[in-house]
Parts: sequence; structure tokens; C-alpha cells
Amino acid sequence: MIPLSGDIADTKGTIKERIGSYSIKRGTSTLKRGFAHMLKNGVVMDVTTVEQAQIAEDAGAVSVMVLDKLPSDVRKAGGVARTASVRVIEEIMDAVTIPIMAKCRIGHVYEAMVLQETNVDMIDESEVLTPVDEFRHIWKWDFTTPFINGARSLGEALRRIEEGAAMIRTKGEPGTGNVAEAVTHIKNVNNELRKIKSIYDSGDEQDLVSAARELKVSYSLVEETASLGRLPVVNFAAGGISTPADAAYLMKLGCDGIFVGSGIFKAEDAKERAQAIVLATTFWEDPDKVKEAQKMIDERQSMLGLDTKNLELRMQERGSTA
Amino acid sequence: MNGLNIGVLAIQGDVAENIMATKMAMDDLGIEGIVNEIKNPEQITDLDGLIIPGGESTVIGTLSLVNGSLKKIKEKIASGMPVFGICAGLILLSKKAKDRVLGEMDQPLLDFLDVKIERNSFGRQRDSFESEISMEKIGIPKFHGVFIRAPSIIETGRNIEVISKFNEKIVAVKQGKILGTSFHPELTDDLSLHKYFVNLVKEKN
Repeated sequence: MIPLSGDIADTKGTIKERIGSYSIKRGTSTLKRGFAHMLKNGVVMDVTTVEQAQIAEDAGAVSVMVLDKLPSDVRKAGGVARTASVRVIEEIMDAVTIPIMAKCRIGHVYEAMVLQETNVDMIDESEVLTPVDEFRHIWKWDFTTPFINGARSLGEALRRIEEGAAMIRTKGEPGTGNVAEAVTHIKNVNNELRKIKSIYDSGDEQDLVSAARELKVSYSLVEETASLGRLPVVNFAAGGISTPADAAYLMKLGCDGIFVGSGIFKAEDAKERAQAIVLATTFWEDPDKVKEAQKMIDERQSMLGLDTKNLELRMQERGSTA
Repeated sequence: MNGLNIGVLAIQGDVAENIMATKMAMDDLGIEGIVNEIKNPEQITDLDGLIIPGGESTVIGTLSLVNGSLKKIKEKIASGMPVFGICAGLILLSKKAKDRVLGEMDQPLLDFLDVKIERNSFGRQRDSFESEISMEKIGIPKFHGVFIRAPSIIETGRNIEVISKFNEKIVAVKQGKILGTSFHPELTDDLSLHKYFVNLVKEKN
């Protein structure tokens, strides 16, 4: 089972208050990570409008991620991609009951602050937007609102958790409609986890210290992760997921849930596809149900997609060395 | 009797935590039995008790309607099976639910607990909180309440026993063998509420 306590007990993001005769705490690690646990086995869908958010909610999305442009349009548009309009986020908050996430640029503390004040339920410090600081991510312990970060390796994931991320998503290559990179990243993370787990099981502390140095992260977090044999926070897969079969395969590889970006609303059959991807994510263990879900979509209506080998912009590389 | 068969509805949400807490509660009580993830209607027939975990009530409701679990769960509860609904699970057990901001909701519900629920009653995630609460009525004087985008109960029918309140809002209720809380006992180390439920299941058998 995944523990809920973080490395840092009393952070700036933790608020102590009195309500009537009760003393309460907000923004604790338990509340942030616990929120992510409630999303498990669900699908989070990227949306840009109220209409899309309602389609997502009706289809059974567990949350929606509000963006100014879908990742594939960010790719096409070029220029600088920033956080979504506050007004659009507020409109969507007033239109659906499920939790709302929104993206801020990597390292942009004040975009994150704006999103916290807007009262989104989770902030995604995302490589889909143009980074403002490649070397230093946001120190997320200072926030009451939980954060999610992308990662394509174990070291990257653990460094984000050390900075206070309450949830991780493997990056994949956003806006391509190509699930290849998402598959690679979750396999990478799994392999690295197996490696440190076997060191931990062997009892060789010196080797585990070397592993921590390679991963560029504290020994205590590596030890905790190695003992669990999985990431110590909820981990979703993202990047290029377009079909029910894509989603089911990533669930099979051991992630806790799915993010779908352009794959739904860049397809011609968004409504059916949204439902189908939710079905396949829920019942991924049952091949017949995945087939039924796949039957709900029409491949001729899928987004065309891109070969990830010849991309000019590889979003996944943003912020990954820090 | 060959031990209890308790299920945790595993459509979506924090299933693993509830399985763990229930297993540990059974161990502590020295009660034999199994605790399984429940995904399909066929698995529901043989259950002695069911936990509906936290998650998104719209998702759990819609998908268990689609695969026929909702109907099967209804039949089992009607025949007296004890059930414990947590957060989203509490919403699903209720007769009526509305959202604090959006108002009346049209979502699939099990229609058993004679209460009206206000979803997201304490606000959004930033307003989620931890606080000590009390459940004297069921012998748990002190409990650590973890409230995540939690609902509350705003109307109660005649057969509802109010078990706990936080600042005048009702956060735990019981109606016969049906138990519901708006907070998450499975996210704490305190097993007393899961033990209480396991005992409810045992009494029934």
C-alpha cells in the first residue's frame, strides 16, 4: 500500500485553522496524496471549453484538465504556451462537479499561485507549456493545492516527489496521438523500480546509496520507494493515448490511471471515444470488454498522429534533467 | 460458516486502502474470512458485506450501472447485506444528492439511505481538511477525520441514526446495516471503523 506521509511534515502549504471548536489542518501530505488516490483507475481528460468538459463528465471522466489549447494544437501553433484563461477555468468549474486540474509552466511559481487562488483541485506543472525555468521546478511544499508532475524516468519522478508533487504522470510525447513514448516511459520506470527493489531486498545499503546518487535524490526517498517496489505516490500514464486499447495496455503495464490529451477531442467521434476509453480503463483486465470499447470507436475518425522519431519539438525533454 | 466474504467495489477510487484496512481489521478481531476486489455482478452474489470506497461518485455510479453491478448490489442490500459507503460510496447509497454549487443532480444512486447529500459540501480540494471527530454512539469517542472534497448530509429521514457531526454538519450516519461516512477511515491507521463494520457483517451471519 502507498504511504500518505511526505518527507516534510509541516510545510508552508499546510494551514492550521480553527473552525468552531475544531482545530483543523489543510494542505497536508495526506490530503494531497489522498486526493490523488481518489482518482485511481480513472481517466483525466484534457478540455478547452465548457462543452468539452461536460462531454468528459458525462463519459465518466474522473477529472478534467483545462488548457488553452490541446497539446497537438500547442505543437502546431508554436510560440509560447501559457496557463489557461482564469475565466475559462471558472466557467468550467461552474459547469461540472468532478475535480478540475489546470496546467502551469515548469518553474512558473506565479502561474501556479494564480491557479491555487482560482481554486483548481490540482495543478499540473507541465512540459506541454513552455518552461520558464529549466533548472528549478516549483517548490510545491509551499502550496496548499496538490501538484502533479510529468516524468520519464524514476530519478525524474522521485525528484519531483521530493519537491512536493503529490502525484506523477509518465510523460509520453504529448499531442502526437502516438502511444509509443508513453509505453517506453512506464517500462523505463518499472525497470528502474525493479532494479532498486532488488538492491533493497539484497540488503546492500552501499549499493542503494550509489543508486540514490545516480538518481540524484535523497537516500530516504530511494529507500522508501525501493521497499515499496513502486512509486510512493499515485502514478498515471499520459502522452499520445488515442484509443481504448492504448489505455488498457498502459493499465496492464501497471499505471494507476490514464490522462488523455488530444486523443479524444482531436478525434471526430469524441463523445463515443471518451466513453470507450473510460470503459477500457475500468475493465482493462477483461479482453472482451476492451474489444467492446474498441468497437465503440471508428479508426477512420482517430486523430492522424505523428511519428515520434522525427519531431522538431520533444516536449518530454523539458525539465527532465533538473 | 467458512469465514466472512467481504467485497470492496473496485470500479474506481481508493480500493486497495480499503482492502488493506478490512483485512487488518479482521486479523485484529480474530475473524476468519476473505476480502476481495469486486468488479463484476457475478462476484456480488456470494458477498456477506460490501464496502463502496471513495472516488468519483458519478464515475462509480455510471460504470456500475453499465455492467449491471448496481442492480445486483441493490438486490443484496435489500436482502439485508451490510454495506459501508465512504465519501463517494455514501453518495451512491443515498436517495438524493445535490451539488453545493451546481444544485440538483441526475446521477445513478442506490436509493437506500434515507438522506439528502450535499456534494462537495466543504468546498474544493484546497478546503479539504483533517480534524478530530467523535462517534460516541458506536463506541468510537475519538477518530481522525480525513475529509477530501467531502460531502455532508443535509436532510435525514426517520430511520437514520446520526453518528457524527463536524461543526453542525452531519458526516456519519447509520440506517440498520447501512453505514455511511463522508470522511476516509481507510486513509488513517485507525481501524476502529472498519472493525465496527466487520462486526456488523459478522452479526448478520
